[in-house]
Amino acid sequence: MTSSAEYDLECINVSKHFGSLRAVDDVSLKIPKGSFFSILGPSGCGKTTLMRMIAGFNDATAGDVKIKGKSVLNTPPNKRNVKMVFQHLALFPMMNVYENIAYGLRCNRVNKAETDRRIKDVLERIALPDVANREIHQLSGGQKQRIAIARCMVLDPDVLLLDEPLGALDLKLREAMKIELKLLQHQFNTTFVYITHDQSEALVMSDNVAIMNEGKFEQVGSPQELYHVPKTAFTAGFVGDTNRWSGRVVATDGETVKIETDTGLTLVCKRFGDTAPGDSASVSVFVRPEFIHAAWQATDVDGASGDLVNHMKGTVDSLLFNGANSRVLVRDGSGELIEADVTLTGGSDDIHPGQSVWLNWSQAHTMCFAS
Amino acid sequence: MQKDIKRLSLILLFMPFALWIVVLIALPHVGMVILSLQEKIAPRVYQYSLHNYIEFVNEPIYWNTLLRTGSISLLVTVLALLIGFPVAYYIAKIAGFRTRNGLFLLCLIPLWVSDLIRAFGWILLLRETGIVSGLLQWTGILGSPMEFLYNDAAVIVGLVYTVILFMIVPLVSTIDGMDNSMIEAGYNLGGNGFTVLRKIIIPYAMPGIVAGCIVVFMLTAGSYLTPILLGGKNSSWFTEQIYDQFITRYNWESGAAFGFLLLAFTSLVVWLGLKLSGQSLSSTVAKS
Repeated sequence: MTSSAEYDLECINVSKHFGSLRAVDDVSLKIPKGSFFSILGPSGCGKTTLMRMIAGFNDATAGDVKIKGKSVLNTPPNKRNVKMVFQHLALFPMMNVYENIAYGLRCNRVNKAETDRRIKDVLERIALPDVANREIHQLSGGQKQRIAIARCMVLDPDVLLLDEPLGALDLKLREAMKIELKLLQHQFNTTFVYITHDQSEALVMSDNVAIMNEGKFEQVGSPQELYHVPKTAFTAGFVGDTNRWSGRVVATDGETVKIETDTGLTLVCKRFGDTAPGDSASVSVFVRPEFIHAAWQATDVDGASGDLVNHMKGTVDSLLFNGANSRVLVRDGSGELIEADVTLTGGSDDIHPGQSVWLNWSQAHTMCFAS
Repeated sequence: MQKDIKRLSLILLFMPFALWIVVLIALPHVGMVILSLQEKIAPRVYQYSLHNYIEFVNEPIYWNTLLRTGSISLLVTVLALLIGFPVAYYIAKIAGFRTRNGLFLLCLIPLWVSDLIRAFGWILLLRETGIVSGLLQWTGILGSPMEFLYNDAAVIVGLVYTVILFMIVPLVSTIDGMDNSMIEAGYNLGGNGFTVLRKIIIPYAMPGIVAGCIVVFMLTAGSYLTPILLGGKNSSWFTEQIYDQFITRYNWESGAAFGFLLLAFTSLVVWLGLKLSGQSLSSTVAKS
């Protein structure tokens, strides 16, 4: 283990219990300097509670929170150098932009000239140099967002916490703000801890993501790892789109697991969590739509990787046309719908509803987890 | 046709309000203005003059009473704010959902009893043979019975008690509208409890504070029962002067002039208060 000063933020076995409810249950994390870390989980998974403990608004039932290697458990929230962008931003409506940003500086007894200089500087960095004298209600949603970040960044925090700040924005603005947040993080080079239930926000912006469920971290890793090498059924199901079957293991050898699904399908999986599920264990099987190829005939061996292939026959139920992200819904023999990505060129060999097709996917892309 | 029906229904809906304003507020006041500008020069002979107002200026006891009423009312307003703000803050932000409704109800219950009964309640407590005096004698702090009534302190206590609800209600509704995360943001950005109170909570609650103060000040300056019953002969409340002019001395002209002077004086104080706090009537009283 490396010395803890390299980490801007560490949580060591942190728990928070509300009565018998374990909102946060034995969570540990380490966030290296200057990285963008996301905590991704469904609502009610405890991610906001965890963030509030880091900010100091809730006390941890057990465990330790360290900022720059120093425990902050006995530091009140106003003395922690962790700033927070609230879900609804919590800009002060009775102050203008300048006053909002100056508030924190004045609390730290920064003199007038320095305050002016730092506010001017931070407004330039967020590319809103002329808004200092505007009232909060005169700003657009995206501008408010940036002011809320500026208000924190002007204080030069060790860690910036963001609690689903994009939730209130409309879709288009949200997409733009995702990129902007990532750029701002690069520019300020501060550690950002971002809380969200929106997987695309977490995957797009983060260096590392923690998947949180029922108060525990399911898995921590880079977005690619979480997507391609999930370690638990929850992660596999929560991150990205996926087809899911539940079934039972009928045979195992060292590398592969043979499964019969509840609908009577036989699949071979090559990928699973840390340990392969044992014989006759009940499992969940996940296959991402982009790895399923819809074709006119069955293939046994994948041309590129040489992997063995699972395949099944079905009837095209409908096409979900969305340009490059088009999907096809195929109904298999048992009546279940399976999603597969397809390329629709507009030519005569495109798939049409009602046709019967083969779905092929390699065993390496078939993931199964004990359930 | 459709338009006429719409207009008719609008007129009918508006009628009770218009009647109330015109018949009960506007007309009597116009009558009073005319009355206050009349001077009796012989039995049943009147002429228009400013005599009643001049008399007020020339007689120190009158304007002293008015100033005294005004300053005690201001003191009562400040006390009601100082006591009411923590109560309102507790109800709006700290108490749980259930406690909150209970506490709010507790604040309202005294209003179910008439002013008169509540003033008598204070008399029972504070009079020479009352509970407070008795208790102090029993504990040995007082050697002989003591009169707590008929002084300014008794009047102020009674008035604060009567009007504090009208401070709490607008305060609760404005503080309640404040997002908790705003207070948390105040702490998160480095403020201590005092800074958060001074820079965030109070500025946010300002419309409620001003609305409460206006209502409380107006009610106090115009109150009659509480000062008379708890202050006795020494209370020198301006409404008492008005009552005297109308009822005891049967000098309606002078009473009407005094009534107008009280209205003008309180309006002036409210206007000054609004100017000083940078608020307007529409942003405060009209809102809460």
